[in-house]
Amino acid sequence: MTVGLFIPCYVDQFYPGAAIATLELLEKLGVNVVYPMNQTCCGQPMANSGFEHLTKGCDELFVKNFAGFDYIVAPSGSCVLHIRDHLHYSQRPDEAAGIRSRIFELTTFLTDILQVKSLPAKFPHRVGLHQSCHGQRGLHVSSMTELVAPEFSKPGSLLSMVAGIDLIELNRKDECCGFGGTFCVTEEAVSAKMGKDRVADHLQHGAEYITGVDMSCLMHLEGILKRQGSKVKVIHIAEILNAG
Amino acid sequence: MEQSTKDHAELAREFNRDEERVNWHDETLWWIRQKRDKIAHQVPEWESLREAASQIKNNVLSNLHNYLLQFEQNAQANGIEVHWAADAIEHNRIVHQIINDANVVRMVKSKSMLTEECGLNEYLAQHGIEVIDSDLGERIVQLAKESPSHIVLPCIHKKKEEIGELFHKYLGIDANISDPQFLTETARQHLREIFLTRKVALTGVNFAVADTGEFVVCTNEGNADMGVHLADVHIASMGIEKLIPERKHLGVFLRLLTRSATGQPITTYSSHFKKPREGQRMHIILVDNGRTAQLGRKDFRNSLKCIRCAACMNTCPVYRRSGGHSYHTAIAGPIGSILAPNLDMKKNADLPFASTLCGSCSNVCPVKIDIHEQLYKWRQVLVKEGYAPTVKKVLMQGMTITLSSPALYHLAGKAGRWVLKYAPFAVNNKLNPWYKQRDMPEPPAESFSEWYAENRSKL
Repeated sequence: MTVGLFIPCYVDQFYPGAAIATLELLEKLGVNVVYPMNQTCCGQPMANSGFEHLTKGCDELFVKNFAGFDYIVAPSGSCVLHIRDHLHYSQRPDEAAGIRSRIFELTTFLTDILQVKSLPAKFPHRVGLHQSCHGQRGLHVSSMTELVAPEFSKPGSLLSMVAGIDLIELNRKDECCGFGGTFCVTEEAVSAKMGKDRVADHLQHGAEYITGVDMSCLMHLEGILKRQGSKVKVIHIAEILNAG
Repeated sequence: MEQSTKDHAELAREFNRDEERVNWHDETLWWIRQKRDKIAHQVPEWESLREAASQIKNNVLSNLHNYLLQFEQNAQANGIEVHWAADAIEHNRIVHQIINDANVVRMVKSKSMLTEECGLNEYLAQHGIEVIDSDLGERIVQLAKESPSHIVLPCIHKKKEEIGELFHKYLGIDANISDPQFLTETARQHLREIFLTRKVALTGVNFAVADTGEFVVCTNEGNADMGVHLADVHIASMGIEKLIPERKHLGVFLRLLTRSATGQPITTYSSHFKKPREGQRMHIILVDNGRTAQLGRKDFRNSLKCIRCAACMNTCPVYRRSGGHSYHTAIAGPIGSILAPNLDMKKNADLPFASTLCGSCSNVCPVKIDIHEQLYKWRQVLVKEGYAPTVKKVLMQGMTITLSSPALYHLAGKAGRWVLKYAPFAVNNKLNPWYKQRDMPEPPAESFSEWYAENRSKL
């Protein structure tokens, strides 16, 4: 099985640690991973801002980079959801459709495709899990508090395999952090307030780390934590699953 | 009720100047969301109920023409006078005419978001007609000369102390009273006099049954009933999407409506109106006001399934932290943001962007409107129609060029990290909205691509 590793642009540039952990974790689990060097961005920042018509260049690049793989895996729910919902390439429609159905967010790939039952990871810390909305409500990586349905959590089940981890409870299990792409600057006041409220919930329950499947939410929460002078850190879930 | 020219982001910023108030507003509405969750989870078939409601409404929207004519015929046979209004102004004129015909200059009105949408109170005031809103929350905002900030809880933005102040000023109670029971009793006495003296009463409509020609009005205060039972003329204003095919379908909607709205099993009063009592005249006004245009928009038509429960507002993390007035429309929150651009794209171009697209709204919607997906689609429409700010357009075009070229992308990434490292003052300033309340990420020594090229790509 060969997996094409898709690393979201801002993770590539600002959070290489999350990307390296994803790569190493997949390799540890016996997967042959290739990172196509010509990848850039999924096009979501434009599309969510109403400029979906400008994403052709990104779409074409994406198809060219990832058409040949058995699976495409990314340490992000949001970017994967964007590709699943919006990747189109009129000249190569079948390849685009293939990518849409074979792209996975990391934790779902681990639980559903690789069917991981145990991990050699160790992370002896108090950790709060932030449910990123696009992964949760878009890709259904975990159950949602609004719905009357059985509870489950793919990231939660993986974290529970990690030795020494102490997962904290939250007052609001799945409230949005307020990042929201360009929303974080166009609606700065509300975005920052939402982030502060999320951070407060984790702090109140004694988190040492805040983790999640999307680095974008974590980048936003990290910005707030640092401004508050907090010692609490953010860490991508891949880094915990790959730790120890 | 002056219309603001400020956009959602600016109004939300103003609302956020008082953080304690934002916390209070957020907690109050979150408490209602939790009540909704609790009662929904007591109904094991909740998700099938939502699906049933959604399908019934889909059927209504696909056959609206037939149901409307069927309703008109049956209502007329029951003795109800049926009027058709193409838009807000026509609706307001019809109401005015009915009031004139009754030879009165005062009317009592129970909650109707449609009349807010049509600006009825202002219209009638300009023509010398006094309207008193009888819903407690609406009466409060009316006294404050404001518009409702929430479609179910119109004065949710007001604290009890502020209500005491208003009642002191307008209803003659002592100053500094904030006891809810005392305030409610004050309103009750005040409204009793209104109910007893008004000859014309207007209500909204929650559901109209095509098969029987009757309509149902849901309230918790019984104020709709008090108004119409004592009046000679009952006017009911309804949007044409409020129809349901048969009475039995109420069994689906009445179970969903108030559980979704406030976490109650059912509204205290679900009153059926089928025919005027002897000596009374009953009018129903069927209002389009943009609804058929929305029905013609493939991507947005199912927004007309809405039963106005406001669950999407209570759950919306943006609404809870920006307040209903920041949406500058009669219907605020996520549902308002997909309805309003249909009425006026230019004026409401900001609203579909007042969301993180978290999707919670779609999950709580009792009729399964794909609200957050429609927000995304409205963004595309608004940009194509030319309503994007120029700065954003230029920025997006720049991003497109950079992200479509791997070479440019790597160059830009490197430049960005260099700036953060060696010239942080270039971004850590007040021109950068991110930096106002958040630190920028720490620039790493190298990107993942660079690391990969050094460590793995020799393979």
